Amino acid sequence: MELLLILVLGLLYAGGVYFILRRSMVKLLLGIMLLGSATNILIFVLGAIVKGKPPIIDAAANVMDPSYADPVPQALILTAIVISFALTAFAIVLLKRVYALVETDDLDNLNTPEEEDI
Amino acid sequence: MMGNFILAPVFIHLLIAIFQLIAWRKTVTQRILSVGGALGALVATIILFRQVYLNGTFTVNASNWEAPFSIIFVADLLGVTMVLLTSIAAFAVSMFSATGLSRQRMLYGYFPIFHFLVMGLNGAFLTGDIFNLYVWFEVIIISSFVLMTLGGRKNQLEGALKYMSMNILASMFFLTGIGILYGMTGSLNMADLAIKMHDVQNRSLVGITSVFFILGFGIKSAVFPLYFWLPSSYHTPPSAVAATFGGLLTKVGIYAILRVNSLIFIPDNFTRTLLMVIAVLTILTGTFGALNKTNIRRLFSYLIVCHIGFMVGGIAMFSKLALMGTLFYLIHDIMVKTNMFLISGVIMQLRGVVTMEKLGGLYKEYPKISLLIAIVLLSLVGIPPLSGFWPKVYLFREAFNEHQYFFVGALIIGSLATLYVIAKLWAEVFWKEVPADVVVDNKFEPMPFLRKVLLIVPVSILGIVSVYIGLNAEVIIQVADRIATELLDTSSYINAVFKN
Repeated sequence: MELLLILVLGLLYAGGVYFILRRSMVKLLLGIMLLGSATNILIFVLGAIVKGKPPIIDAAANVMDPSYADPVPQALILTAIVISFALTAFAIVLLKRVYALVETDDLDNLNTPEEEDI
Repeated sequence: MMGNFILAPVFIHLLIAIFQLIAWRKTVTQRILSVGGALGALVATIILFRQVYLNGTFTVNASNWEAPFSIIFVADLLGVTMVLLTSIAAFAVSMFSATGLSRQRMLYGYFPIFHFLVMGLNGAFLTGDIFNLYVWFEVIIISSFVLMTLGGRKNQLEGALKYMSMNILASMFFLTGIGILYGMTGSLNMADLAIKMHDVQNRSLVGITSVFFILGFGIKSAVFPLYFWLPSSYHTPPSAVAATFGGLLTKVGIYAILRVNSLIFIPDNFTRTLLMVIAVLTILTGTFGALNKTNIRRLFSYLIVCHIGFMVGGIAMFSKLALMGTLFYLIHDIMVKTNMFLISGVIMQLRGVVTMEKLGGLYKEYPKISLLIAIVLLSLVGIPPLSGFWPKVYLFREAFNEHQYFFVGALIIGSLATLYVIAKLWAEVFWKEVPADVVVDNKFEPMPFLRKVLLIVPVSILGIVSVYIGLNAEVIIQVADRIATELLDTSSYINAVFKN
């Protein structure tokens, strides 16, 4: 399971970096989304994956069974997903506005701030 | 009872923002709320600062969970000093915004977003939990995206796209670093991390993680290879927004580098060399960028980059004197940089343009305002006895002690170039006659008296604080000394968190 996740993680990072280095605005956004997912999976893998052991104490026991699924990374990922959702929504709207004004998808044409005056 | 008072700077701004959202289209109500609330937050922060300065660090745990399990807020001297500076700057900017902004922007919710931004800044300075720091960072950047794009002019949106993509990338580096930290130690509380990081066997992984943090915070604070988003976006929004950004947002990155590199990682030789190289290159490239600019706001953007290098160099040396220099520079820089952009806004109101070719003759027309601006500009350059001079003394002394001659050279070049650029600006904007073919668009003259006062008073407040920092340097040096001691010996912070 972990090996599979690590392979997926590497693929997502590679795809994200490749997309970010492209000149298109839409691909930049896709790359940011892929990198965000990759980061979330990385946190998940680093939090040591345990299968089928929820962190719940038995009524009879006083202490936790030592091997249980750590809830903290999952809480972190949940927070990160919510935040990246908001940022992505904002980014899509911004892209749409920029595209309506510049009428091109090419990142190299976004030089109005530099050309105004030195 | 003092414990919960830590949250006052955060909560006051949150409440103001909520009330302003309720009063959505009533701009007059929003302005009064904004200035009054910022003043209230400033008073609360001064009380908090006094408490921390007299009684030392104190903390508050969310929902009364014990450390290290809770999300904890820690008011130590570094954090509270930053909150105090933020509150002063926010008060000045909110007063300036009340008159210096168009009604259109206020209708689109400028004020609530501005207060959410300040809330995020205060939260980031006060939190003691690394993931909570990330969340506050996200609050800051989403607010700053909205402020950057308000108005929707073409160059604003293009600048915002660069700003947005780079900042989201920085957050990802930061989050990756947090994930690796959690994998190594199983903790997110900064004081707990400080203890547990000593026992980690895999030292090379620790080094890589610290580089992740430096990358993430480096993008945010605009250091050499990562700063190109800043000059292409900071001059596009209106002056009040640019003042908040230029004064405070890059300094959050510096604060985070200081905090993480003193508590969690102790900078080793590799980190110090890396930071020193970055600092020297940042100063040089920022300087060369500033030399040929004629648009005042773009000039100030490059000066921000240049002066970030001074602070990074101080952190790179990581001795007591160097940290004192860095902290003193941070205090001076927040005040002065916020003021620079406010001044560019005042010039915009007086003349309607900010490019040097079309400006001139301000000194003849407005001698008093020009004198005020002159004091601020001299503070920025660091003419003794004004505020920019003292931290440079410390940085120079420590650079000679540590034999960092490249850094000494960069400091000299950076300081002289700042002087040259400011002298050029003074001659072009204030002394030169108005060019014959320029039609002056003066919005300032027809204003009612109260609006004129509201435009000039914030600049005066920040100017007075700058002069106070310069003339009363021994007080600031005492504060910087205590903060530097706490940064080098973090036991007081850790003891305050664990209540030993």
